[in-house]
Formats: sequence, structure tokens, C-alpha cells
Amino acid sequence: MPKKEFENDQTTLEKLKHLGTQIKNQLEDENEEDLTFDTQVRSRSNVEYDEEEGRLALGDSYSTRKFLNISHARKFMQTLLVASKTKELVESGRTAAIREVYYQLKHSVPGLDENTFEDQDESNNVVVDIETATGVIREDLHLFAEKKGSLFGPIVINDSGDEIDCMQMGTSGLAIPSIVDHYEFVEHDADFILLVETSAMVNRLVEEDFHKEQNAILVSAGGQPSRGVRRLINIMHDRLDLPVYVFTDGDPWGYYIYSVLKSGSMSLAFQSDRLATPDAKLIGMTMEDIEEYGLEHVTEDLKGKPEDNGGPTKDYKRIHDVMDYEWMQKDEWQAQFQKMLDKGVRVEQQALAANSLEFVANTYLPEKIENEEFLN
Amino acid sequence: MANGVDQGMEAEGGDHKEISVAEFFEKNKHLLGFENSQKSIITVVKEAVDNSLDACEQDDILPEVQVILDEYDDEKCRVEIRDNAIGLDRETIPKVFGKLLYGSKFHKLQQSRGQQGIGISASAMYAQLTTGEPVTVYSKQEGEPCHKFIVRIDTEKNEPEIIEDQVIEEDNDKFPGDKDYYFDHGTTIEMNIEAKYTRGHHSVRNYLKHTAIMNPYARIVLREPDGNKIEYPRVSKELPEKPKEIKPHLHGVELGVVLRMIDNSNARTVSSFLQEEFTRVGRTSAQTICEEAEIDDGRRPNTLDKDEVEQILDAAQEVKLQSPPTDCLSPIGEDLMEKGLTKELNPEFTETITRKPTVYKGNPFQVEVGLAWGGDIEDEGSYNELRYANKVPLLYKKSACVTTKAIENVSWNRYNISQTGNRPQGPLYISIHIASVWVPFTSEGKEAVANYDPIRKEMKLALQEAGRKLGRYLKRKERKEIQEKKKRQLTSYAKEMAPAIAALAEDGNEEEMENKIQQLVQDDYNPEQL
Repeated sequence: MPKKEFENDQTTLEKLKHLGTQIKNQLEDENEEDLTFDTQVRSRSNVEYDEEEGRLALGDSYSTRKFLNISHARKFMQTLLVASKTKELVESGRTAAIREVYYQLKHSVPGLDENTFEDQDESNNVVVDIETATGVIREDLHLFAEKKGSLFGPIVINDSGDEIDCMQMGTSGLAIPSIVDHYEFVEHDADFILLVETSAMVNRLVEEDFHKEQNAILVSAGGQPSRGVRRLINIMHDRLDLPVYVFTDGDPWGYYIYSVLKSGSMSLAFQSDRLATPDAKLIGMTMEDIEEYGLEHVTEDLKGKPEDNGGPTKDYKRIHDVMDYEWMQKDEWQAQFQKMLDKGVRVEQQALAANSLEFVANTYLPEKIENEEFLN
Repeated sequence: MANGVDQGMEAEGGDHKEISVAEFFEKNKHLLGFENSQKSIITVVKEAVDNSLDACEQDDILPEVQVILDEYDDEKCRVEIRDNAIGLDRETIPKVFGKLLYGSKFHKLQQSRGQQGIGISASAMYAQLTTGEPVTVYSKQEGEPCHKFIVRIDTEKNEPEIIEDQVIEEDNDKFPGDKDYYFDHGTTIEMNIEAKYTRGHHSVRNYLKHTAIMNPYARIVLREPDGNKIEYPRVSKELPEKPKEIKPHLHGVELGVVLRMIDNSNARTVSSFLQEEFTRVGRTSAQTICEEAEIDDGRRPNTLDKDEVEQILDAAQEVKLQSPPTDCLSPIGEDLMEKGLTKELNPEFTETITRKPTVYKGNPFQVEVGLAWGGDIEDEGSYNELRYANKVPLLYKKSACVTTKAIENVSWNRYNISQTGNRPQGPLYISIHIASVWVPFTSEGKEAVANYDPIRKEMKLALQEAGRKLGRYLKRKERKEIQEKKKRQLTSYAKEMAPAIAALAEDGNEEEMENKIQQLVQDDYNPEQL
């Protein structure tokens, strides 16, 4: 494989060097009594919804990491170790899984009964810290995560010099890596992109040749879409100017998947401009589908109904949480949740199989697209 | 406080048909501490050791007590206790050991240990009833020959029956005492009893350990039946101040006691009886009391009947009398208490508090507490309690005792000590001592002190005062540990970080950088800091 050289490598290196220089200068300054760097606060309190852009954005609260603060010290040390390791990666033109970095850096700290890192969660958290401290995203730090999600459809992608025809992927599909920025779209013959919550539903659609018949780029999320999936949809939408439809279960978890794809997530709000696709529309399942397609007998009861002696839990709690998000306040969304609460049920994508296996590919989705029946 | 056993015995020995002392003993053995063979050996040792310590202190002698135990048969034990007090004269010896309830302390109003017991003669009785063997006593006074007596109790007459009476020469092999610790005076008693020697909370060993803590000016040696020798060393040559004798106060005296006082008094009038026999009663107070009770103050005291005496006592409650003097109390004091706790427990922190004397119902009392934390004290979860009344350890009925209630009334977690329920946890000994001429016990067994508000309050205040000091110590220690741990961590982190910073900045000498970080860490370290 050729060396991985990314567009932003030069900036990335400068920003990492800046972090190092900043600490070095603090060491050399006689008046400095501590070592510090600032990171953006990533809790919900610092997340704002930009209505005009349709995206979540990080506010401007910063918090300062201090080496001499005992609750920061360990993380401070870890941050510098990981930052220096990623600089090495960028310089040598390699990419690495965070897990590999974790193993490269994990060792016992001399003189202490502890390791530099005790588990991978610690290194994950540190990576997010470096992202917000330097403004460099992990993909640009040459860090990748496990592949998650897959793609089928009439599009040819050039990945590091190899051309991949996504129409020739059999039942496997293109496994979507966490870094997709280097993808080049050679050619395509697609009319739209369909992001599907479950892999099982994508398998069904592929078996029915949905992607061929409808000229669709099918992407499975496998639950909550990964950064790679979200970034890929973002760049396909931008570069190919294709509409994006999202197909999830009719429940608060499914609608939140849609919301993350469309507006971004709270924990990655600082990258919404790269990851969110505000033009994405929800194709289903909606609460109206239940009557429209005669699915009353295949709905599932919502769990966690509030009892006399306590508030809502499970599904009910999730409905209330999602309903309350600032970016879910549109009437049509509130109406969906209200109906869900009134009916006390949720409906899964696979419930459509109650009619017939091919129903979803031949009837449900084509009808919805033709009639432009979307939730936005 | 009147002695219930004592009263019972007198009543039965008076107008009523005489019963044998053996029968009396059987009937009352649960009050006397002889209900089982495990407890009996503790009682025998306790009676003798208490007597020895009292006798030594009485004459300003630094106590030297040896307890030698030998198992000679299944559940049979030979007990030998030696002391270095001034010794007994020849006439007294048989009575002390051979006549049940003979003693000098019952009517004496002075703080002493023996007030709590019923006398060594009960041990002799127990020995006689369980092994059939008499008691052997050696006693020597300064400049006098050593007398050896073998005495039984005639259980029909409650009189000593002398089996052997002889003088032992100093060079005789039978002469008692460890040759290494020869004294020109002292008493040794030997008796064979039925006993079960155990270890643990209720044991001779624990009793002596508790005693050693509260009497650090005593040297006590225990030889256990298996030959194991334990020495509780003397760590102070200073004896606590001797308590003064005190007359009873009218607000705290009981009817039975007054009746007995009338019998023994030489006073010619009620007025002079009140003035002479009670503390803080002057001529005016005596008159006021008699007027209030509607009794002629010129009557002879022995013409008063029981109801009239009761009237006088009730009337006295209405009359304001000065509180009794408190120099009748003999606390051991903060220094000695600290020495005692330190020598036996070797803790890392000790705090002792002696409260000022105070009075409840006309009875002066004084509370002392000590807290010992950490060091050699093991953390067994719950704290350990050391309870004392007039320097005598109380081993039984802990949960009924005012000390335990007082401990449970304190919010220990305010002093950085964790609590389970209301009880403090951790490597902690809490010692509580109440000194009083009349310790109010919950029952005649004299094993727990009654939960009276003023007493509990005093104990609680003392515990809180000591607790605050311990809390401050623990807080400081915790801070120091946190700071030290922080320093250790940061020092190690600095070594990790220096190369990373140098690599990121693409500049700088790693070693130099590490030194600079270490300097920051050093400047930051401050064990006193919050």
C-alpha cells in the first residue's frame, strides 16, 4: 500500500507541534506554576442547535486541563503520549487503530502501581481530548476505528488507487472504514442514497435487487451509524448531489439514528459540519404506516410505562428524552412521538414482512419515494 | 449506692432464722460473678487484683501484682495472687479470707475499686464449694515475720476455721514471692477452684490488659496455665492523687443507708446527726429540713421510725444544698491515661480527656475518656471499647452500659471516622472511665453503669472533645497521604511526559524538560495544604 498522505497532514502536524510548543513554553516560563492546555467542553450544556444550518454545534466553553491538578494529571500525561504517537503516525504516513495505539503506549509506569493506560476507554477519551484541544479530527490524526456498516449500489469508488465497483459486491457489500476522506467517486448511476438502520433489512433489499432496480446506493448502519458511515454519506451527498433517505424502525431509537445522521450527535457536535447531513429525510417507519399498511397486529408494545411510583423507563423514557431535544421540536416530529405514546406501540422495519418478503422492496419504499412521503 | 448483697445478708442474719453462708452463696452466685466456671476464674482474679491495687494505693506503694495460674486437673485451677502492699496483721488475716462479707470498705465513703466487689472471701467460699479445699494466705508486714494461714469458712457459723497458723522464715523454701522481686511486705493468696481458662474478650488476660491500661503505674505479671508469661510493665512511677473520704450528700443518699447510719451514729439530735453525718449540711439547712419535714430537730435520731426518716429525705430534696465537694474523686488524669493506652496498644495517635468533676443527684462523679487510633491496633471493623468504673475494667453487659450509649450518641463521621449504624469503625479503642464514690450500676452484678442523662452527657462531651482532635489528626494525615501520593504520581508521569513534549515541540532536551517538570511537582508539594 502506498503511504497514506492526507490533504490536511501539513496542518495536522503544525497543530500537534503547536500543542508541544505551548507546553514547552510554559516549562520555560519562570512565572508559570503549572502546565495546561484548553479543550472545548463537550457536555450537553455546551451543545447548541444551529437552526439555520440544521446542525448541532459546540458552544464556546472551554475547560483547562492542568497537570498539577490530581484529577487531571493522569489524563494530561496520557494526552501527551497519544498526541506524540499520532504525530509519529502522520509523519510516517501510516494509519493505526486506536487499539493499536493503546497497545503501543500501554506499559507500567515506573515507580507506580499503575499502567499508562488501563483500558482502551482511557485512550478513546484522550483521543477526543486531543481532537478538541488541537482542532484536528481523529481521521486526520491517522487514527481509524473498526469498520462498521456496508455499501451496495451503482457507484465506483477509488480507494488508495484501487477501483471498487460497488455493484459487484455480491451479498457482502463494501465494508465502510472509519476513514473515507481519501475516497474518490469515479462514476455513479444512482438516483438516491438510502441509509438503513439494520443490516438484515439491507440484506433483504439486496436480495430483491432493490439497488439495481431503483438505482439506489444502499448503506447499512448496523444500529447507530459510525463516524465513517456518517462522513461517507456527508461527502456523497455533497459531491454527488444525491438526496439522502433514512429508513429506521418506528421507535425513539430509530428516530434518534435519523437525528444523528441529519444534525449530528452531542458528543461529536464539534464535527457536525463534516458528519451531519441536514438534507436527509426519514422515509419510515412512521406511525401512520401502521394503519396504511395494515401492521396493527405486528407492532410491539412500548416498554417502561410510567407507574404510579416512578417515572418512565426504557422506551417511554427514551421517547421523552428525544422529544425534548431542541432539534426535534418540529410539529411533525412531536406528532410522531405523541402518536407513539397514544398507541403505546413501536413498529420495526421487518414488520413489513408481514405482507410479503418483497413488499418492502417492491411496494413500500418505491411508493414512498414516488409520493415523496417523507418526514423531514 | 447501697450494696444489695450486703443488705440481704444482714437482713437474713438478723431476726430471721439463720441460713448457712453456703446456701446464701448458692442463691446469690449470679450477683457475685460465679455463675459459670469461665467467669469464676475472672472474678477470683479480679477480686484479688482489685484489693491489691487498692491496698497499694492506700499506702502510696507502686503496685506489683503477680497472677499465677496452674491447671492441675480437668477444669480445676490453682490460682495464686501476690502483691506488695503493706500486708495484713495476724488477727485480720483469717477474717478477711474466712468470713463471708467481712471487709472494711462497705461503709467507707471513699472512691475505691473494692466497693464494686463483694470481697475476697466469696472467692474463698467458691474454692471451698467447688474443690473442697481451704485457702492458703501468706502475709508479711514491714519488719514483721511472714504469717502463713490455711483457712476454711465454717459455713454454719460464717466464721473462719483456722487449719494451720505458722510463721515462715525468709530463708525457708516456702517463703512466698519471686526471688527477683523480693518485698519486705505483701500478701499472697493461693486457692484451688473450678475454672475454665479461656482467651478472648471475656478472659483473665483481657481483664488484666484492661487493668494495665488504666493503672499504668502498676506492674502486673500473668503466668497462664500453659506456662506463657505476660508482663504488663509499669510505665509511670507516679500514683494518681489519693481520693479523700467524703460523707454522703442528702440529695443522693438512700433510705437503707441512712437507717444504718443512724444505728452507727453518736449524734444526740436529728439536727446534729444531719450536720455531722452528711456533707454540706449546716445548722440552718438542718433546721430548714426538719421544719419542712415537720420533725422536731432536737429529737434523738434513734427515735425516728422509717417513715419519719423518709420524710426527712423528701424534705431535703426541697431544700437547696450546696453541691458536694469533688476532691473525693481520683481520676487517673490525661497523662497517665495516655501512658496506659500507649504502652498496651501502641497506637499512632492517642487523645485523652479528663472532664471536670460534676454532680448528679448529690453524687460527685468524673468522666475520663481516651481514644487510641491506628499503629498496632488492628482494624477489625467495629471499634473496641474499654469501660472502667473506678479504674476497674467492666467486661460484661456492654450494650446496657451508659458508655456504649454515649459512644452511639456521637456523630463519629464528623471526625472522619466511618460509622456502621451509630458505632464508629476502624482501628480504634475508646476508653471511658467513670470515677465516683457511688457508681450507679444497672444491677447488683455491677457490670454496667446506668444510663443517667448527666453521666451520658459528660461522656458524650468528652468523646466529642477527643473526637475532634482525632478528626483533625486523621484529616491532616489524609491530606498528607493525598499530597504524597500525588507527588509520587506526578514524579512518575513527568518521566513519561518529557520525551512526548520534546517530540511534539520538535525541540528541547528531554532530560532538561523532565527536570523542569520535576521542579514544578516539587514546588507544588505541600503536605499541609488542603
